[in-house]
Amino acid sequence: MTDQAGILPGISVANESHKRLAKRHAAERRFRWYGIFALLFALAFLVFLFGSIIGKGWTAFLQTSAHLDVYFDPAIVNPSGSNPVDQDELMRADYTKLARTALYKVLDVNTDERKERFAANKLLSRGVDVQLRDIVMNDPSVIGKHREVWLLAADDVDALLKGSIDRDIPEARRGISDQQVKWVDQMVDEGMMKKRFNTGLFVNGASSYPETAGLGVALIGSFFMMLTVILLAVPLAVAAAVYLEEFAPKNRLSDVIEVNINNLAAVPSIVFGLLGLAVFINFFGLPRSAPLVGGLVLSLMTLPTIIIATRAALRAVPPSIRQGAMGVGASKHQVILHHVLPLALPGVLTGTIIGLVQALGETAPLLMIGMVAFVADYPTNPLEPATALPVQIYMWATAAERGFIERTAGATMVLLAFLIIMNSAAVYLRHKFERKW
Amino acid sequence: MSSLAILAFLLIAAVVAYFVGNYRSNAVSEGDSRILHSRPSYHGAYLAIWTVLPALLVLAVWSAAERPVLQYIAMQEMPQSVLDSSEAQKSLTMNVVDSIAEGLPKLSPQEYETVRKAGYGFVTTQDARDVLSKHHVILGSNPEPYLLRAADEYASKRELSRILLPIVCFGLAIGCFAWGYLRIRPKLRARNIVEHVMQAGLLAASTVAVLTTLGIVLSVLFETIHFFQLVPPADFFFGTVWDPRFSAAGAGPDSSGQFGLLPLLWGTTFISLVALLVAVPVGLFAAIYMSEYANTKVRTFSKPVLEILAGIPTIVYGFFALITFGPFLRDMGAAIGIDVSASSVLTAGIVMGVMIIPFVSSLSDDIINAVPQSLRQGSYGLGATQSETIKKVILPAALPGIVGAVLLAASRAIGETMIVVLAAGIAANLTLNPLEPVTTVTVKIVSQLTGDLEFNSPQTLVAFALGLTLFVITLGLNVYALYIVRKYREQYD
Repeated sequence: MTDQAGILPGISVANESHKRLAKRHAAERRFRWYGIFALLFALAFLVFLFGSIIGKGWTAFLQTSAHLDVYFDPAIVNPSGSNPVDQDELMRADYTKLARTALYKVLDVNTDERKERFAANKLLSRGVDVQLRDIVMNDPSVIGKHREVWLLAADDVDALLKGSIDRDIPEARRGISDQQVKWVDQMVDEGMMKKRFNTGLFVNGASSYPETAGLGVALIGSFFMMLTVILLAVPLAVAAAVYLEEFAPKNRLSDVIEVNINNLAAVPSIVFGLLGLAVFINFFGLPRSAPLVGGLVLSLMTLPTIIIATRAALRAVPPSIRQGAMGVGASKHQVILHHVLPLALPGVLTGTIIGLVQALGETAPLLMIGMVAFVADYPTNPLEPATALPVQIYMWATAAERGFIERTAGATMVLLAFLIIMNSAAVYLRHKFERKW
Repeated sequence: MSSLAILAFLLIAAVVAYFVGNYRSNAVSEGDSRILHSRPSYHGAYLAIWTVLPALLVLAVWSAAERPVLQYIAMQEMPQSVLDSSEAQKSLTMNVVDSIAEGLPKLSPQEYETVRKAGYGFVTTQDARDVLSKHHVILGSNPEPYLLRAADEYASKRELSRILLPIVCFGLAIGCFAWGYLRIRPKLRARNIVEHVMQAGLLAASTVAVLTTLGIVLSVLFETIHFFQLVPPADFFFGTVWDPRFSAAGAGPDSSGQFGLLPLLWGTTFISLVALLVAVPVGLFAAIYMSEYANTKVRTFSKPVLEILAGIPTIVYGFFALITFGPFLRDMGAAIGIDVSASSVLTAGIVMGVMIIPFVSSLSDDIINAVPQSLRQGSYGLGATQSETIKKVILPAALPGIVGAVLLAASRAIGETMIVVLAAGIAANLTLNPLEPVTTVTVKIVSQLTGDLEFNSPQTLVAFALGLTLFVITLGLNVYALYIVRKYREQYD
């Protein structure tokens, strides 16, 4: 009886436990899928981000130019006919007119029609005068001669050729007239207008026109800042790390320094900007917008990162090295200088690169110290105004013209390329010099 | 000669002194290095330190003190009325003096004479102004004679300082070099001395981090106190309206706007909450999957992918949110009939959430891995499935650490600037609707401090009060989070 009673409910128990087990296994699978979803979400977002930036930005590396036969009319360039030519006069000459005359000839523009002339004028960038001026300034002998040159086309023409202006929408809303579209097509067919590699993106300074705006000043500014960080933050951080790891006695002061560095690593970057503004600019009277100040602020900001990385590298050097060196009579300083530091060098380098990567991508503190500036001329030293790569991206991202969106994405690609190269270098160094003790 | 040039010369001198010291130690030991207490290179370093260090200290102190001392001297020329005026007025006056003094060295001797005469009233100040404007020193009005006198004093004393500084520095360097040179002899304990100096240098380097923190606290606190003299603290901390208006030079306190912190703090909190709602589940599940389920192949691929998310500069996230994600959300909303504004809490929050996923996941990963294997095995032994083990055993055991990770991520989100500057909006808005734009503390710091600054208006100073608030909040979160994480680690050590 007891057996019977035991078996029958036992079967139902088995059934129920099977069901329960199936349920538990289903929950197990679900749980596992949550994890996969989480990873896929992060991956999808990353792809979405890179895809959207590259999709928007790759066209920035091409820029539409028109191939024109420009006559450097002495009556316009050098009306006084002075010899040697007066530099001031060259600076002031109406180069836009030269370019327009050449364009009218190509397009058969009826120059008596004001409207037609205006429409044709709008095909060329407003930066062509600088392009032509540079040619004349470099080589005054060109005056009075014909010369074939590639001149930048206007922002709208560029957008039309890149397909970001839809030809099918009505003329009134298109921003570029039917007549202009016809001209552009004509020039493209004749091979007089095409997209060329955009060197201007890398060499030009700030400009209000998208087609002539470039990253030149920002690249130099970022370079000066990185230089400051390397010269300042790296030695300081390595020295601090050596002290904390090798010399610091176990006392209150060491604890304070230790806790401090960890917390400093987590202080919002914008607060470092406030520090820079209040101390370097307001108190020490350094100029605003100067890469030196930016470099100082970024140095303070990256200091904890490099210190923490260097300490880890020092800690990874086995004690036997130290003991061996001490055994043959080296002083503590000699042990560190001659043995520990050289062995920790790959780790220090990796940490340095990670710190530089952080510094190169940082924007917020630079906004505080006035790096948001319209700088058209190259800075020749770190005290002259400049911008930085991420700050230039910020300024272009907030600009109104459509052409700047493409430029911003292009600049972002340049920034990301730098970061990827630096990170790859760090990974390479780590693998190449990684040593198992 | 500029300080930079002096510095360069001193560095060259150090190299020369190193070799001289090296050579000298060989000379005094007559080539028998065994009788030297320290190796020759330490004698070189010893001499280099003597040559450079005192001069360098003088250079640093001199450079730092030059401006305040010169300003003090210039102030002696000012009449009582200026000395009695407010700090703001004084700094304006000093700016004028600065710019005149900047122009004085460019003047020809006659022009300089004109300015000097104008300073004592022999010619009109209009003449002085004309002369100065020829050299691109543009003054808003005819300068008071005392300004010209002060500028003259300032410029001439600065000239003096620029002549004296190199003389003092190089004199000191040569003197100390001679002193050190004479002291080099076989018994000199050069190594010990050099090592002591190095030790001091290392200690000094490690205090830079402390000085930075101190600098942050003091500078921001100083300006904040300045701000609270203009605006009562209660209005700042408990005000619900943010409307700073524009700063106008010389405007009275009545014309200043309202500086209510609450809308900004709410914006910051709201966006951070949305970010955490994205980052915590995704980061936590990713961490669980990577540490408990994934094989090595998946782990070696997915860990770097998550780290890339942390390595992308925030400006790139901001641009992405502004150009792609905001419009994307708006179109999605429009498709289902919801009005989403392009810059909204949701846009900024989700993008920021993705940015902080790695902060949650990598620390949680470490923490889950630190849970002892015996706990897992015990749970499996009782018949629990893997997910039950994770949910009922591992997560509760790891909870304090995970909370620490989340707090650290929250402090990142609160201090984040570029995403919210580009994608959250600029209007201070006390709203519960995540589809509307709000603004944050960091956005307002940026907008108050970009453009032309006038350093004594509440409109500028409020940025420092906001910065201090931000610093205190993030510091508190960090200290608490690190405390939790450390305590958790000790538990299983």
